[in-house]
Amino acid sequence: MSADLTDSILYLDAVSVSFDGFRALHDLSFVVGRGELRAIIGPNGAGKTTMMDVVTGKTRPDKGIVIFDGSIDLTTRDEASIAAFGIGRKFQKPTVFDGQTVEDSLLLALEGPRSAFSALFGWRSRVAVEQIIDKLAIIRLGDLRSKLAGSLSHGQKQWLEIGMLLAQNPKLLLVDEPVAGMTDAETEETARLLTSIAGEHAVVVVEHDMSFVRALGCKVTCLHEGSVLAEGTIDSVSANERVIDVYLGR
Amino acid sequence: MIAFFFRKFDRMATGFVILLAAIAILVPVLNLAVPEGSPFHIPTYLVSLWGKYLAFALLAVALDLVWGYCGILSLGHGAFFALGGYAMGMYLMRQIGTRGVYADPVLPDFMVFLNWKELPFTWYFFDHFAYAVVMVVLVPSVLALVFGWFAFRSRVTGVYLSIITQALTYALLLAFFRNDMGFGGNNGLTDFKDILGLSVQAPTTRAALFALTAVFLALGFLVARAIVVSRFGQVLAAIRDAESRTRFLGYRVESYKLLVFVVSAAMAGIAGALYVPQVGIINPSEFAPSNSIEAVIWVAVGGRGTLVGAALGAVLVNFAKTWLTGMLPEFWLYGLGALFILVTLFLPKGIIGALTSRFGRPGDGGAQ
Amino acid sequence: MFRRFVILFSVLIGLVALAAAPIRADDASLVLKRLATDNYGEIEAGVAALAASGLPVSEAVLTALADSRLSYRPSDKALFIKDTSGGWIDAATNAAPAEAPSGLKSVKLNNRVRRALEAALGSMTLMSPDPMKRIAAAEAVFKSRDANTLAPLDVVIGKEADPVVKRYFEEARAAVLLLKTDAPETDRVRAAERLGERGDQDSLALLGSVTEANATANIVSAAKLAAKGIESRLALLSTAQNAWYGLSLGSVLLLAAIGLAITFGVMGIINMAHGEMVMLGAYTTFVVQEIIRTKVPSLFDWSLPIAIPLAFCVSGLVGLLIERVIIRHLYGRPLETLLATWGVSLVLQQAVRSVFGANNREVGAPSYMAGVWDLGGFQITYGRLWIIVFSLVVFFALLGVMKGTSLGLRMRAVIQNRRMAAAMGIRTPVVDALTFALGSGVAGIAGVALSQIDNVSPNLGQSYIIDSFLVVVFGGVGNLWGTLLGALSLGLANKFLEPVAGAVLGKIILLAVIILFIQRRPRGLFALKGRAVDS
Repeated sequence: MSADLTDSILYLDAVSVSFDGFRALHDLSFVVGRGELRAIIGPNGAGKTTMMDVVTGKTRPDKGIVIFDGSIDLTTRDEASIAAFGIGRKFQKPTVFDGQTVEDSLLLALEGPRSAFSALFGWRSRVAVEQIIDKLAIIRLGDLRSKLAGSLSHGQKQWLEIGMLLAQNPKLLLVDEPVAGMTDAETEETARLLTSIAGEHAVVVVEHDMSFVRALGCKVTCLHEGSVLAEGTIDSVSANERVIDVYLGR
Repeated sequence: MIAFFFRKFDRMATGFVILLAAIAILVPVLNLAVPEGSPFHIPTYLVSLWGKYLAFALLAVALDLVWGYCGILSLGHGAFFALGGYAMGMYLMRQIGTRGVYADPVLPDFMVFLNWKELPFTWYFFDHFAYAVVMVVLVPSVLALVFGWFAFRSRVTGVYLSIITQALTYALLLAFFRNDMGFGGNNGLTDFKDILGLSVQAPTTRAALFALTAVFLALGFLVARAIVVSRFGQVLAAIRDAESRTRFLGYRVESYKLLVFVVSAAMAGIAGALYVPQVGIINPSEFAPSNSIEAVIWVAVGGRGTLVGAALGAVLVNFAKTWLTGMLPEFWLYGLGALFILVTLFLPKGIIGALTSRFGRPGDGGAQ
Repeated sequence: MFRRFVILFSVLIGLVALAAAPIRADDASLVLKRLATDNYGEIEAGVAALAASGLPVSEAVLTALADSRLSYRPSDKALFIKDTSGGWIDAATNAAPAEAPSGLKSVKLNNRVRRALEAALGSMTLMSPDPMKRIAAAEAVFKSRDANTLAPLDVVIGKEADPVVKRYFEEARAAVLLLKTDAPETDRVRAAERLGERGDQDSLALLGSVTEANATANIVSAAKLAAKGIESRLALLSTAQNAWYGLSLGSVLLLAAIGLAITFGVMGIINMAHGEMVMLGAYTTFVVQEIIRTKVPSLFDWSLPIAIPLAFCVSGLVGLLIERVIIRHLYGRPLETLLATWGVSLVLQQAVRSVFGANNREVGAPSYMAGVWDLGGFQITYGRLWIIVFSLVVFFALLGVMKGTSLGLRMRAVIQNRRMAAAMGIRTPVVDALTFALGSGVAGIAGVALSQIDNVSPNLGQSYIIDSFLVVVFGGVGNLWGTLLGALSLGLANKFLEPVAGAVLGKIILLAVIILFIQRRPRGLFALKGRAVDS
């Protein structure tokens, strides 16, 4: 286990969370390696989003261990410091700053000082502008850089949010249902994008779209009732009797 | 440093500052130098009335800073305004000295009337102007800091925050009504004589106070503008649009909110301090929740998130109030009520917001 | 002092004689004639004799003497009392004389006679046939603790048949004995115990004055024991009284907040005009009472039951109008809703001011709302009792509507998942409008009750709006039970703080505590937890 811990970017052991008697997570344990791409699947209420809430500091676990980067205990930190350690999160519903331009949104997300005073007196640097152009190319919104984020299409907002995550330059990206509401072509693009950034960053993707998960071609973890039901390749997991029973259906 | 205040300056901001500079000079001149019979003469009562409007405009700018740019709808900004006013009022009370009805050299009249033998510690040093000025800024800021620290850290947002800010000013209203608080109770502080050795009634003093208010409005506007066009201001807007997104990007949302809330409270306190010598009284009714809500409608009318609009709205609404309560006192509340309803339904961006979006200057002034 | 003692002694003898043998009728005029003199000493002795005689007229005669309305005819020493109309009454027969008496001289008083009169009247009322008068006399003795009353008290205690009156006599006797240094120790110890049983503030004060200086160790310890008993009893009583006041305030808060628990708590609409819905209900009550007063005064006791459905309709319709015209355009924009409804509240206030004037309007209380119910020192006013009962009835009725009716079911469906409800064929705009009208109507009903305890003025609503919001937020948004508990606990907290901190400071402290509480638990006492809350 200790080898697991030091090699891991994210390490969860026996994490439990309950809300008013409802057990959202129940002894959840799994490990994500550095630079790994991991897909998480599972029925509604399996605890996927709650797991992300625990990792990003939004929800405190009742018990259990959550270690980031082999040594940082996340259970006692707040969202801002967890983000500063290098964890980026994309919400299920695309959430962008409607009143800001695409460029400014990326600028806000860009790695750098976050304190109120530095924001008050600092201004953008040449390096920042270069990095933004770089990210705009990755998410293919270069032409829309001065448009307001609120005026983008649903798929473009999803991409902008991923772009903001990349600008943060995190060690771990948590991506919640990135292809919901996307066209097939956009879905394919997204799969390509996520596989390309894995390696440099670890990426955990929660998704229901099985063809998208297959396209990611990575290790799959299936959650059910707050704990791990099955883990392995997409083929082995989708062949698992219990996964078929509770999730995929026959 | 100068550049800090003038970056990203646009036509509207420039126009506004020039306008303020112009009236700061012109109004006193037309009042003092132009003889009374002349059609260009501005009577002293109008100077003080417009000085009051400008103080309200500064309060509106302060409110717009937190509401328009950070989404914090404070229904308690009147409390900061009144606290600043009380700090100034206490200085003015202590300047009365032996000219009061009871001619006590130290104790203000109401304390003599209540049979108090010595000055409460809250009134110490208020005979020094500099101390009073520090308190004008410090008291509202500290209240905002303590209140905001609790509120923002516990992530009280939206209408919940609005309701507890309202409860805050309501609690202060009740407290200041009490005689034993030592702030004049029901009657508040009034019958001022001197400010810095000059009679508060004298036309020259009144003209100077007017000019000073215009200058402070311009300064407040510049500070607020510098804040909102900085990266800090962008983060504020990000918080307003998607608070948790901002938090997960690694911004400590509560420190941003706290800082802007404290700056805004200080600004409101200064506005209150400029208001008191011009109207000649401060009493607990300034803490009434309806006052704070009225300030919100000034901002909404002018256009929240525009700063210039907030100031404009404050002047317009108060001008209409003076005019209507003079002509048709019955109808002022109908008018004010209708204003609340019509602006939220039909003019959500306010006057300035509607103008800028019609004439297509996106991003200018950051109107939402 | 000695003289006074003599008088009382003669009164006592008279009383004993009375107990032994009733005085004969022909002696009556003899006793009366003793007053027909201008010698103060004789008058004094006559007063004592008359008091002791037990004659039916003696009280009237002595009272007349005390008021200087007694005269005598020197010729035959007959006594006459001047009545209030200035006519004369023959004291012996208690009837008007056949012809107006002439040559009357009034019976004079000096201070000694006055004292004798007081003592005589006091001990006479101990024997009054009216039990209420006997009790009043016993209480007077309890207060004066005149040692001279001890003997007459002993007599009347022996004779008293009414156990309640007897208890008062015994308590009065105990009060006298307790501080009587020459009384036997056992009697004084028993007196302390007796006073302990009585257990009121006066007894406590009496027991507190027992010290080593005026009593033996046994008496002092008995007094201390009794005082401790009284203190704990009084503490209990004041706790109960506070709890009652708190409950009463809680019910008022509940009434004010209950409509808001629907519109704000359940629907999430910030209705700053909620207080004005309450105010409209109060004015409806006023109008109903005005009509009844001028048209059918006999129906006055029915004014409130008539006003309740009308107030519900008036406020409900106004609420419906507000929802249709304004609020529905602002769903999902709570801060804008707040501002627009504040505007509505200003308009409604001014409208009511224009129609009814700015002054308070008089709303009367029906007969069943008036009166007090005394439970051994613990007082319950019927008005408050009715309001508590009424608030609970309204609460449970509303709970029933939400849980038991098809409208309630649809409301809950729309609130929980608007799109799904719409997809199932529920017309969500209709449900929204009806829910808002229901909440407003309930506020109107609250106005009927509040018109009984508060000034009916255009500002009525303003005084409740902040409290109502705090109650709903404190109790937990979206939870009717939370509102009930929130209202009651805030009411109780307020009333228990008041004696400690004063009314205004108590309220300020409470506001500060609520502000802190909301910051600690922004979703209230009974908040829902989990992911759903944040959406």
